[in-house]
Amino acid sequence: MQLSRRSFFKIMGAAGASVTALPPSANAWKSKAPPDPYGCLVDLTRCVGCRKCEEACAEVNGLPTPERPNCQCIVFDKKRRPDDKAYTVVNRYFTGKLDQFDKPLPTYAKVQCMHCQDPACVSACIVGALTKDETGAVRYDATKCIGCRYCMVACPFEIPAYEYHDPITPRVIKCSFCYDRISKKGGLPGCATICPTEALTFGKRETIVKVAQKRLEENPGKYIDHVYGEKEVGGTSWLYISSVPFEKVNLPVLSDKPSPKLSETIQHSLFSYLWSPLALFGVLGALMYKSNKNQGEPENKGGY
Amino acid sequence: MEHKAGPLNKKFWTPGVLVMLVFMIAGGISILARFTGGIGYITNLTNARPWGLWVGVDVATGVALAAGGFTTAALAHIFGKHYYEPVTRPALLTAALGYTFVVLGLLVDIGRSWAIWKPIFNWNTNSVLFEVAMCVMVYLHVLYIEFIPVVAEQFKDRVNLPGPLSVFNGLIDMILKIADAILDKIMWVFIILGVVLSCMHQSSLGSLMLIAPTKLHPLWYTPILPLLFLLSAFAVGYPMVVFETTIASSSFNLDSEMNILAPLTRITVFLLGIYMFFKLGDMFVRGTYTYLLDGNYQTNSFIVEMLFGVMIPWVMLLFEKVRNSRRGVFTAASLIVGGVVLNRINVFIVGYKPPLSDNGYFPAPGEFFVTLGLIATLMFVYRLVVTWLPVLQESKEVPS
Ligand code: SF4
Ligand code: SF4
Ligand code: SF4
Repeated sequence: MQLSRRSFFKIMGAAGASVTALPPSANAWKSKAPPDPYGCLVDLTRCVGCRKCEEACAEVNGLPTPERPNCQCIVFDKKRRPDDKAYTVVNRYFTGKLDQFDKPLPTYAKVQCMHCQDPACVSACIVGALTKDETGAVRYDATKCIGCRYCMVACPFEIPAYEYHDPITPRVIKCSFCYDRISKKGGLPGCATICPTEALTFGKRETIVKVAQKRLEENPGKYIDHVYGEKEVGGTSWLYISSVPFEKVNLPVLSDKPSPKLSETIQHSLFSYLWSPLALFGVLGALMYKSNKNQGEPENKGGY
Repeated sequence: MEHKAGPLNKKFWTPGVLVMLVFMIAGGISILARFTGGIGYITNLTNARPWGLWVGVDVATGVALAAGGFTTAALAHIFGKHYYEPVTRPALLTAALGYTFVVLGLLVDIGRSWAIWKPIFNWNTNSVLFEVAMCVMVYLHVLYIEFIPVVAEQFKDRVNLPGPLSVFNGLIDMILKIADAILDKIMWVFIILGVVLSCMHQSSLGSLMLIAPTKLHPLWYTPILPLLFLLSAFAVGYPMVVFETTIASSSFNLDSEMNILAPLTRITVFLLGIYMFFKLGDMFVRGTYTYLLDGNYQTNSFIVEMLFGVMIPWVMLLFEKVRNSRRGVFTAASLIVGGVVLNRINVFIVGYKPPLSDNGYFPAPGEFFVTLGLIATLMFVYRLVVTWLPVLQESKEVPS
């Protein structure tokens, strides 16, 4: 291999110049959350497990009718997850609470995409098929998706589902926060409009957080003193309040750190303006030049 | 070097090759099934477990084991240790084939294979996977370019296409010669680029899991996971070369290259030592050794990985006697290779356990068929290439 002095310094110079010209921005990680998103509160003490939200969701989103729509019995025998046919499901949990006759009291919990403020799925998506909208909705664009399923690996709530049985054009499936409806003035998500017990309250997230806190204050002893989703993974658009510990209804204990913070910090401090690869290129180039000069004539026949 | 690389000119169809064919056919049938019935038809992947055997082995392990390519290129060409040049070609071939099969594996695994080009136009620079994909894509082409001189060397002045195609002989010969001449001048750019790209994506493969702290077992989840991935790629490069060279030279009956392999293992003691230092140090700093005696399959898998894949081979290689025996070097190298394979499998499959909805995962037969089929095809092509192109060192015995 010939390493001509001139071409070597030309390319090395370019690499070096771009390193010094564009120093790595020492910027700390910043949240990309929208300033005034919508939110939805789930009050688990009010939910009676009627599963009307499941039905409404299926209807407004053109999904198949939920399994046994009017059943509040055997559907609850197994724990269900949102899947490629349902954006949301309600599960029943017996957490050890008893009523006045010492019979176990059920707690019902609806589960759907939390529409995180700094969503792991959005950060992870290789092509940006998932985006966080100003409304707070985390939207999915199937035309960009390549089906790598990294969003599913990343989501701390294990929400995105996949159409595993479609061989050519499978999609990622998850609650859309009824973007088409809430982006219009006065629009409400399908599930929140139907709830007969007002267990679901939709509004601006800021307002919803206050509503939740007020309920905690006004009913001392009734609720666990925590608004789930206010701080978890940097905050979510969907919020929960409950009288039973959240981890008992499959709402995981999570840190307040936004999920993408660590990986994005590492990626950007190493690769913004490609400074570290360029620097490495420069160092290796210098080494190569030196070692080839020291060896006298560069031996090339044995290698490349 | 006394002898130079040359085509093997040996019999191609051996019983081993026929076994490969059987695996290739089984893999082919499974791939057909995947593209008719969907991924769910032949895999045990679920919404909780979106990545399984294919990502863990075909992609993550494939990339790690192709590390021999950039580590030998760095040693021989960048650090100027030309003594090691005889092993750069086989390592380059393994890397080029390895990455080709990583991409083939990805094509089977991703849901919309036909959309694999989309990341080129839709950038998400926050995504670790985006960076990995870009690096792998560029690096694959760098590897192909690095391989052109090998092809040129064999066919320069003797391009001989059959039948009517022979009118192109002159043209192709010219193209080969021009490419070879140009490449000779600028190959250093590609060699350095290859090393830089490798460092980038080898480490970033480890960053992939950083976004899922609740899913990966704490024995593996650490903020320095990318560093550990990079260090283990450095450490496995030469053992992989030892591993494949030993197998190739014994199955093709070539001269053993102990004179080169033995010193390579001395470097390995150093590189593996650094990896071990960080891996154990990380465990002590984060205090995760408390999990070691849990006795479940995850922690046991970690213990096997550390003990047999890192510590035992490292201690073995400390002994001069082991380093100078063909058996000893091969055993240690195999253990290290196995250790890195297990590490990637642990990070992407065994250690991965989504707490809310996990239902356990064991790969379905279809997944094994595809993976084994791809590996068999890789070996088949390797054999094909070394039979007809000057990759391996010519043996002294008269070719049969
Ligand atoms: S809950 Fe999961 S899918 Fe929904 S926005 Fe958050 S990370 Fe994305
Ligand atoms: S599966 Fe689709 S939406 Fe999910 S990360 Fe991959 S490309 Fe993005
Ligand atoms: S917000 Fe819309 S998509 Fe989401 S669960 Fe409610 S109805 Fe379904």
